[in-house]
Formats: sequence, structure tokens, C-alpha cells
Amino acid sequence: MASPDDDHDHRHEHGSELSATQLRVRALETILTEKGYVDPAALDAIIEAYETKIGPHNGARVVAKAWTDPAFKRALLDDASKAVGALGHTSRVGDHLVAVENTPKTHNMVVCTLCSCYPWEMLGLPPVWYKAAPYRSRAVKDPRGVLADFGVTLPRDTAIRVWDSTAETRFLVLPMRPAGTEGWSEDKLALLVTRDSMIGTGLARMPGEIA
Amino acid sequence: MDGVHDMGGMDGFGTVLPEPNEPVFHEGWESRVLAMNRAMGAAGSWSIDMARFSREQLPPPIYLAATYYQRWFLGMRQMLLDRGLVDADEVAAGHALRPGKPLPRGPFTRNDVVRVLTRGTYGRPAPAPARFQAGDRVRAKNIHPRTHTRLPRYVRGHAGVVERVHGCHVFPDTVAAGEGENPQWLYTVVFESRELWGPDADPTLTVSIDAFEPYLDPA
Repeated sequence: MASPDDDHDHRHEHGSELSATQLRVRALETILTEKGYVDPAALDAIIEAYETKIGPHNGARVVAKAWTDPAFKRALLDDASKAVGALGHTSRVGDHLVAVENTPKTHNMVVCTLCSCYPWEMLGLPPVWYKAAPYRSRAVKDPRGVLADFGVTLPRDTAIRVWDSTAETRFLVLPMRPAGTEGWSEDKLALLVTRDSMIGTGLARMPGEIA
Repeated sequence: MDGVHDMGGMDGFGTVLPEPNEPVFHEGWESRVLAMNRAMGAAGSWSIDMARFSREQLPPPIYLAATYYQRWFLGMRQMLLDRGLVDADEVAAGHALRPGKPLPRGPFTRNDVVRVLTRGTYGRPAPAPARFQAGDRVRAKNIHPRTHTRLPRYVRGHAGVVERVHGCHVFPDTVAAGEGENPQWLYTVVFESRELWGPDADPTLTVSIDAFEPYLDPA
């Protein structure tokens, strides 16, 4: 079968460990730089931001705040972009962010069947499974089967709502606050909030699961 | 277009494989592809929907065999060639053979980085009142454009209920075709599982899409 990596295999030509894709990407960056389109240092800065600054810890702080501050939770569910923007402590957030709340009656789960739409500013870059065919194909048809792949079983009478991100709206799941966390600080609660719990393919950690 | 990217409801792709402690990038070149794509987009070379359409047009065997960032690379290279920003002989040589062309927003520099870290806004003033409101029953049109659309196949022809009205947004179908923003009302439309997947579907499931007004008829 055709493969995206099989028209010039430079590994053999040059006796190098570099893959054909790696060489082609490097060559394209050279071209874009020589033509004056991009500054490689600016590319470095984009990468550094996604590797060190923008990740699920941003969303976890928002969830922890919603768990402890009812007024913020109402504001978040009403207009998440506005509520998160007003916090100021996280990275800047774009428009059209929608927060949806998990309850004992309803479990929300987010997918993008057409590509890989994901709330980058809240969760960082999406994991490989989120962008891959098994999740994109099954989430809208067999969400309980998908949850089983994550080791998650919901009560049979819990309603499941799957949000397919087909436009520029972005969805953040507000997971249920675990029992036994009364009186916890926002910082400590944030440790319970996993990336998957904010996508809806997981639940928040239980208090005993963190040291 | 009715492409392999439109995966909702397809069978046979197997189990979801979560990776514990997954790194942000698995190989260094993936990060360069992401950054180049974002930078050239921010310089005005293409919109997000044009980039999506470039990946959707990859031949199905290539699309399915490629990793995510390989798709991004192949789509981006094609967009650069299509726009004449890079020429085929330069790709073959691995070097620029002639000077660059002007980019709509100029070269991408460090001062532009902050711009790509925040999503743009896609809301626009409404050219007309909304046709639907929350609670209305609607039916997704049975349309099969050969061009870019954000109406997934699995809802086409099916009836649902408008749950939210998001305002008027840039319309991907025309943007991707280079025909302008053409703002349209955007709605969250909720479908019952049995409407989509038949009598054996999980009755506890509902699925929503965000649908632009031209995708919908009253039901």
C-alpha cells in the first residue's frame, strides 16, 4: 500500500538514521527561511510555548476554581471565554469556548470526527489518540465502548452526551468533584483534574490517588 | 467532500490506545511542522479551513497511512506549491532558488508569536436575523458538496433539535473555497442516538454537532 514516507528513502542513500519525513521537513524549513517567510527563532518560540506553558494545567486550574466558587462556575457555564479571560492567571483564551458540566445524570464527552478540534489554550495540544481514527470514528456511535478502552464504566442509566466539534466552538468538560475533598484548596484540587477528565474520556482522580 | 476524514460512525478502526505520560511531540520534526503551519497561516498564506481542506484532499490511502503530523506536512507543502510560495524545483533541491513572494501579513517574526498562541475570533455581525431558535426541530440537509464542508455525513438527512444559538460565524464552506467569510448563524443541534444509528443504538446517547444555518432545514 502507498505510504506517505516511501517516495525517496534517504536513510539508505545517506546511511543516516534520519527518516525521509525528517529530512523533508528540514528541507522545507530551510526553503521557508531562505525565502524570508519565517524566522526559525520564532518557530522555536511557538514550540517552547506548547512544550512548557500551554497544557492541561491551564484547564485544571479553571475546573478547580469552578469546584470552589459557585459564582465563577455559573459564569463559566454561561460564557467560558469571558469567565476564563476574567481570571487572568491562565494564558489568553480565544472566543467561543464552551464549558459543559458532568453530573450524576449526564456525562459529556468531546470529539472532533472531521479533524482534531480541541481547546488548545485550556488543554495544550491533543494526544495522538484524540486525532486518530479509532476515537474519531467510534465516539459518536459507541461512547461506552470508547470509555471502556479508557477503563471507565458509567452507570447504565447515566445519559451520555457527545459533542462533535464541527465549528470553531471549543468544548471543555467540567468533571464532577470527587467526594472526600471538602475544604481542599484550589491548588490541591487542581491535582485531581486530569486531561482526560476535561475531554470526558476519564473522571477526576480520587483523593487517594494523589500523594 | 465525502472523504475518509469524515470518520464519525465508521467501524473497523479498532480500539482507542491511550498512551501513558504521552510527550507533547514524539519526534522533533513534528514540532517544526506544527510551528511552520501556524506561522505561515498567521502570515496570511491560508486560513484554518483551507489548511483542513488541504489535508482532506490527500488520497485516502495516504491519509489513512500517515501520522497526524505527516498529514499536516503533506497538506502544507501542497498549499505552498498551489500558491506559488514555494516551487517544485525548490522542494527537489531542498533550498530556495529564487526570492520569496510578499505574504499578506509579512514575514513571520518573534513579534508575531503571541498572536498564534491565542485562537482568533470567528464571530461576525449578523447580515440577517437567525432563522432558528433554541427548541426548534431541524433536519440536516442531505448535501454532498465536492468541496470543504463541516457537516459530517452521519447526520445528513437526520432530524434534531436546536439547543444553543452561538451567533454568526465565518462560514468554512466558502472560506475554504476562497469565496470569502460569508458569515452564517451557528447552532448546536442535538440528535437522538436512534435517529442516527437505528433501533439498536444506545438509548442513553445523544450527539450534537455545531451546524451552520445553510446546513439546516426546518423539520
